[in-house]
Amino acid sequence: MSKVLVIVETGDGKVRAHSLPGITAGAQLAQATGGELHLLVLGAAPQAAAEAIAAAGYGAKTVHVAAHAELEPFTAEAWSDVIVAAAKSIGATAIGGTATSSIRDALPRAAAVLGAPLAPEITKVIGPNVFGREIWSGRALGELVVEGAVICFTARPSEFTPAAPGGAPATIAAIAGVAPSKHGVTVISLEKTQSARPALNEAKVVVSGGRGMREGANFKVLEELTDLLGGALGASRAATDAGMVPADLQVGQTGKVVAPNLYIAVAISGAIQHLAGMKGSKVIVAINKNGEEPIFQVADYGLVAKWEEAMPKMIELVRARMAAR
Amino acid sequence: MKILVTVKRIPDPVEPPKFAGGSIDTSAVKWVQNEFDEYAIEAALRLAEVGGGTERLAEVIALTICPGDKRDHITNFLAMGADRAIVVNADDGALDAQSIAQLIAAVYRKEGCDLLISGKLSQDGESNEVAQRVAGLLGVPQATFAATVSWNRDAKTLDVAREVEDGVETKRVPLPAVLSVDLRIVLPTSVKNGVTPASHAYGDKARLASLRGITMAKRKKVDVYTPADLGVSVASTAKFRQLAAPPKRQAGKIVGSVEELVEKLATEAKVL
Ligand SMILES: Cc1cc2nc3c(=O)[nH]c(=O)nc-3n(C[C@H](O)[C@H](O)[C@H](O)COP(=O)(O)OP(=O)(O)OC[C@H]3O[C@@H](n4cnc5c(N)ncnc54)[C@H](O)[C@@H]3O)c2cc1C
Ligand SMILES: Nc1ncnc2c1ncn2[C@@H]1O[C@H](COP(=O)(O)O)[C@@H](O)[C@H]1O
Repeated sequence: MSKVLVIVETGDGKVRAHSLPGITAGAQLAQATGGELHLLVLGAAPQAAAEAIAAAGYGAKTVHVAAHAELEPFTAEAWSDVIVAAAKSIGATAIGGTATSSIRDALPRAAAVLGAPLAPEITKVIGPNVFGREIWSGRALGELVVEGAVICFTARPSEFTPAAPGGAPATIAAIAGVAPSKHGVTVISLEKTQSARPALNEAKVVVSGGRGMREGANFKVLEELTDLLGGALGASRAATDAGMVPADLQVGQTGKVVAPNLYIAVAISGAIQHLAGMKGSKVIVAINKNGEEPIFQVADYGLVAKWEEAMPKMIELVRARMAAR
Repeated sequence: MKILVTVKRIPDPVEPPKFAGGSIDTSAVKWVQNEFDEYAIEAALRLAEVGGGTERLAEVIALTICPGDKRDHITNFLAMGADRAIVVNADDGALDAQSIAQLIAAVYRKEGCDLLISGKLSQDGESNEVAQRVAGLLGVPQATFAATVSWNRDAKTLDVAREVEDGVETKRVPLPAVLSVDLRIVLPTSVKNGVTPASHAYGDKARLASLRGITMAKRKKVDVYTPADLGVSVASTAKFRQLAAPPKRQAGKIVGSVEELVEKLATEAKVL
């Protein structure tokens, strides 16, 4: 019997929203293999979160719990130890999760120890060991076939709908003899970007700014539109490299991959690495002073204008429309 | 201190891929170096050199796995300043990430390295897994997606700021270790070795090879191994099929004014 084990990240006693697409991918894989879905919850005291997850069900048979002080804060070293131990004790045939920075850090390490292949950033489950995947900055799409007694995957969050509670509650089981090691590392600090806005890859609307915004202070006008639309703020590499906005707002091949209903690119040229992160959006708007830029080749609506002139006007019109509703 | 830096050749990313028979036809591509690996070499050199001077705190070895006659990219890394190079003669296109990682781990052990620095990602295959696998195989700590690194030489540790999901994590890792670098590792103040004076100004990208560097590169030592020499039997457990260009987005319309844009977004696209 195949067993698909999905690693679930938790915080504040519950599942973290960004883990939900990975559960969906795992459930699809369990279905494709005719096997069971299992969830793995790790932490210093993960019991409350595990219970909440088990109650929500998500179609999983069992929620496996690994509790150990070394597991918090997250380190790839300690998590990988537990992923390996859990995979062995459960007899997992597939291990995966959402392609978050933590899972992308820990899972390949565990895969190496297990001698397992990895299908990274999958966009689709096609068969028991076949996955949809984009490479070459989104310019090639194909089917990745992985072979092994155990296989690993990470799921691109923009491509799988978040798992919803449902089905029978899952059982809870503790993983025995957990002895993770941090291998001497210490996490000195974790500076979270403070934001009341929705997470980039969960937002329905994303407003991104590029080098043409010139400086961080100018992002105010983009933030105003973002908040009006209840969206998330994004940026190009040029803007994040220049320190205009924090690095975790970068959209693209090396940043976040987003697929909102509406993506508004302001003063962004549309380099392939940027397009790789947003071309799956439903509606794309480009506002750029140069009509020749490649961003206009993917935009549903293009406006050739300077942001200094266009953005205040746009905010005014959007606000008026919302007030009239 | 010995720093191993892995460097990969990739098809020129400026050119769109050409497809033939469900795979990417690389027979006529121009091979260039993976940009993240240029950043890795740059980071290694900034750790190893006393900025501005000639003294070296570490040896920097560039390692590539590719067919022996396709190793031109290695010359550039030597010209940038790597001390010597190792080529593992194998068909890189036919190896899975585990095989690549096993080869890198074998070289790391053979050379007795203290640190591996790799790029975070291959620009072509975009797997983002090799560095993590090497760390797992070696059983050493890892700091992936590094944006800054600072070397505490007395304590033999590195402080690494890593770009994570919703912010920046700073992790202290004891050597020996594995590091993978993200884009911002090449910004002027990202790498600190505790010796290079703060006044030494670095640029905001990987250095270009100097003329002198290019001349010197030809004289630097390049060892060539086969996977068998390293005791690794290679495999191919992850393969693509039916690769093709994704459906192209239709270019839309250029609107004449902000009024028209907002009107269309509300009534036509219905996203407002
Ligand atoms: C290995 C690698 C990985 C990368 N990964 C990413 C990634 O993940 N994400 C990413 O975004 N990039 C990435 N890049 C960088 C990418 O190649 C581009 O350099 C980058 O996206 C350019 O950012 P930009 O469009 O903001 O800047 P530019 O290309 O400089 O464009 C600025 C734009 O602003 C417009 N403009 C200027 N002034 C105004 C004004 N007043 N009003 C309106 N428009 C104005 C200009 O016409 C221009 O189109 C990567 C590059 C490499 C090599
Ligand atoms: N054939 C190779 N030779 C040398 N290094 C490689 C090779 N393939 C991958 N790497 C290294 O692994 C890093 C991450 O690649 P990947 O995991 O394939 O995205 C790259 O930036 C390289 O440093």
